[in-house]
Amino acid sequence: MARVVVNVALKPEILDPQGRAVAGALGRLGLSGVIDVRQGKQFIIDLDGELEGERAELMKKLAAELLSNPVIEDFTLTVEN
Amino acid sequence: MIDSVDAAKVNPDTSQPWAELGLKNDEYESIKQILGRRPTSSELAMYSVMWSEHCSYKSSKVHLRQFGDKAPKTDALLVGIGENAGVVDIGAGWAVTFKVESHNHPSYVEPYQGAATGVGGIVRDIISMGARPIAVMDPLRFGPADAPDTRRVLPGVVAGIGGYGNCLGLPNIGGELVFDESYLGNPLVNALCIGSMKHEDIHLASAKGVGNLVVLYGARTGGDGIGGVSVLASETFDTDGPAKRPSVQVGDPFMEKLLIEATLEVLHAGLVEGIQDLGGAGISCATSELASNGEGGMHVYLDRVLLRDASLSPEEILMSESQERMCAVVTPEKIDKFMALCKKWDVEAVVIGEVTDTGRLVIEWHGEIIVDVPPRSVAHDGPVYERPFHRPSWQDALQADAPTPERLARPSTPEGIKQTLMDLISSPNLASKSWVTSQYDRYVMGNTVLAQPEDAGMIRIDEETGLGVAISTDCNSRFAKLDPYAGAQLALVESYRNISVAGAKPLAVTNCLNFGSPEDPEVMWQFAQATTGLADACLELGIPVTGGNVSFYNQTGDTPINPTPVVGVLGVIDDVDRRTPMAWDEDGDLIYILGETFDEFAGSEWAYLQGHLGGLPPKVNFPMERLLSEIMVAASRDGMITAAHDVSDGGVGVAITEMALRANKGARFWIPDNIEPFVFLFSESTARAIAVIARTEELRFTEMCAARGMSATRFGVVDSGLGADSGYPGQQVIVVDSLFTFTIDALREANEATLPALFGG
Repeated sequence: MARVVVNVALKPEILDPQGRAVAGALGRLGLSGVIDVRQGKQFIIDLDGELEGERAELMKKLAAELLSNPVIEDFTLTVEN
Repeated sequence: MIDSVDAAKVNPDTSQPWAELGLKNDEYESIKQILGRRPTSSELAMYSVMWSEHCSYKSSKVHLRQFGDKAPKTDALLVGIGENAGVVDIGAGWAVTFKVESHNHPSYVEPYQGAATGVGGIVRDIISMGARPIAVMDPLRFGPADAPDTRRVLPGVVAGIGGYGNCLGLPNIGGELVFDESYLGNPLVNALCIGSMKHEDIHLASAKGVGNLVVLYGARTGGDGIGGVSVLASETFDTDGPAKRPSVQVGDPFMEKLLIEATLEVLHAGLVEGIQDLGGAGISCATSELASNGEGGMHVYLDRVLLRDASLSPEEILMSESQERMCAVVTPEKIDKFMALCKKWDVEAVVIGEVTDTGRLVIEWHGEIIVDVPPRSVAHDGPVYERPFHRPSWQDALQADAPTPERLARPSTPEGIKQTLMDLISSPNLASKSWVTSQYDRYVMGNTVLAQPEDAGMIRIDEETGLGVAISTDCNSRFAKLDPYAGAQLALVESYRNISVAGAKPLAVTNCLNFGSPEDPEVMWQFAQATTGLADACLELGIPVTGGNVSFYNQTGDTPINPTPVVGVLGVIDDVDRRTPMAWDEDGDLIYILGETFDEFAGSEWAYLQGHLGGLPPKVNFPMERLLSEIMVAASRDGMITAAHDVSDGGVGVAITEMALRANKGARFWIPDNIEPFVFLFSESTARAIAVIARTEELRFTEMCAARGMSATRFGVVDSGLGADSGYPGQQVIVVDSLFTFTIDALREANEATLPALFGG
């Protein structure tokens, strides 16, 4: 079994209003020294068998085009086989 | 290594990426001539964005002058073309400002954010005039409804408009949704905003008073949309689709809401000498425009700008299109109060410079001068092109291919006519738009009187007197393709009529002119024809253009979109309680068609459904449009009519269906004498409206029409009891004598199922 973890976040140059709102709230709730917050989402995908070959390529393509919006988001993909 | 003015003098021959920034060789040479040296990289960045088509109107300027030159005399215009938005006097000390802008290309790249920031941008235009935004509206155009790219773009655009507008708490009161092959790969996302204010609150974008301070406030500056203006808005998309694009602007509507409140409070407190929103071209645009409209000079310390990303270079800061930012000019005595109000609204603000009388816009970066230019040369004296244009070679053949009965078979049997009506009302262009409009908040703020699907959106301005405004946008781009001169006029008269049938008096015009590449002489001909047509029509109708927006380069590959001059008309109504709704109500009320119906099918919805486009569009008749408008406004004011609806897309057949659906009450119709049923029901002749009259008012109404020379023909009566006799007991039905009977439920199902089936939910 393979576990694929895809982390998706806005590209660093893109404004993240939700992250900014969280940063403001953290400060108001007493956490000092908050410089910035960026938020994103995580997909955990469990698969039968090893992820390799064409299936690995397809997984990567789908992470880039389905799970993330390539225009404004970056993703990282890690596989635990 | 910072490229300073000194460095530019020392290294005059450094090669510069002017072509990559979208400048032409002669434009680059003329910058060198203005400066007497090569520009610094920061100056080059500024000139390149400010001289882009989007900011400089370099191809359209010579044609747009007609709107000023041919402007009808009017006292209604308080602020005319050239400011952020025109301002119209609506009486009782109130003024209204409104404007429509395009956000086509950003919305194609990233539908949600592109459409959202389109709303944000037009709202800032309105607040920078000193007005409180009170409503928005979005004319939208996409490729075929079933095309995969439409499914990618449309839901995101609608969600973006809804998301941003709803967060701001602004009602979205109308707009358009049109599908046509020509927009495949180049959708049109236009955004309109209306604001209201008292006369004394009008503010202008100018930096007056030497020594006054220039304040940048709102969101921090980041890498959003760098190069967006010149790259996104002024270059045609290649066919590779939306990847590898420059960074997209992301909007933050909650920040915008704070910006609205902070801006209106500092304006009303009298703390501001001049104000400008930051849109395309960001700080470059705001500083150069403020300076050239005021004392003529400004000194800016660019390193004081608050940044979201500390690694931005000065060139990038100058070009950044980060959203939710404003620039104000404030006297030194009032700066503390200004800053305190910004703090109150949790809006960051920083003094970035001061007004000078040197005639130069000087920008410093950590002690080095990186920009030293005459601001007018950046903001107003950009290149002006007299682009060559000629009538397209295909135009004559297109116009000759009229949809005559011989060319395009028409239904002649009752079944055929019945099916035609069903096909029309379930076609994506005429189907119920509630899938879209239910995602928008239409009634927030509690002043919405009329909203989609009514002919016009109507908003109450003064809660004491009921004074209100109505607004509508229209364009049938197929008409404009057949004849761009007439097409622009047809857009205007339809919008003008929509305002009038709601009971409001048309006052002023805005426009959003969406065309292909101005470098294509055939497109330029369309543009020249459309602007001339619109200017001539405004003169005929006696309402001025208050401002607008031009969007060129709307094409995929070499294929331009249909010319799409979207026209918005604003009207005033003394008391919104006197408005005319489109739904009939009382049994026995009589249904009249005003105006004459001719055999005019070129560019019609019916012809479009048959896959035909050719011939000459319906004739425009200005005297009849004016008369119809006067009659509709008078009849509304004097309480003679109970309902009315404009006749346009899909003709009388579609108009009566829309009224019945809105009323949820049946009616019986008959075809007037001496006209073929098909022509009467589906022709799109202009200067027509349907009016519903109480029996007690019939004589007064018909006498008024007869005295003024308006054709008025009775062709129906409201009747909620037709179900039993026509085989649908207990149901509301529409009967057209000897042709067909429909239950309203069946019509509704056909009308409402289309968009959800295409776009889900």
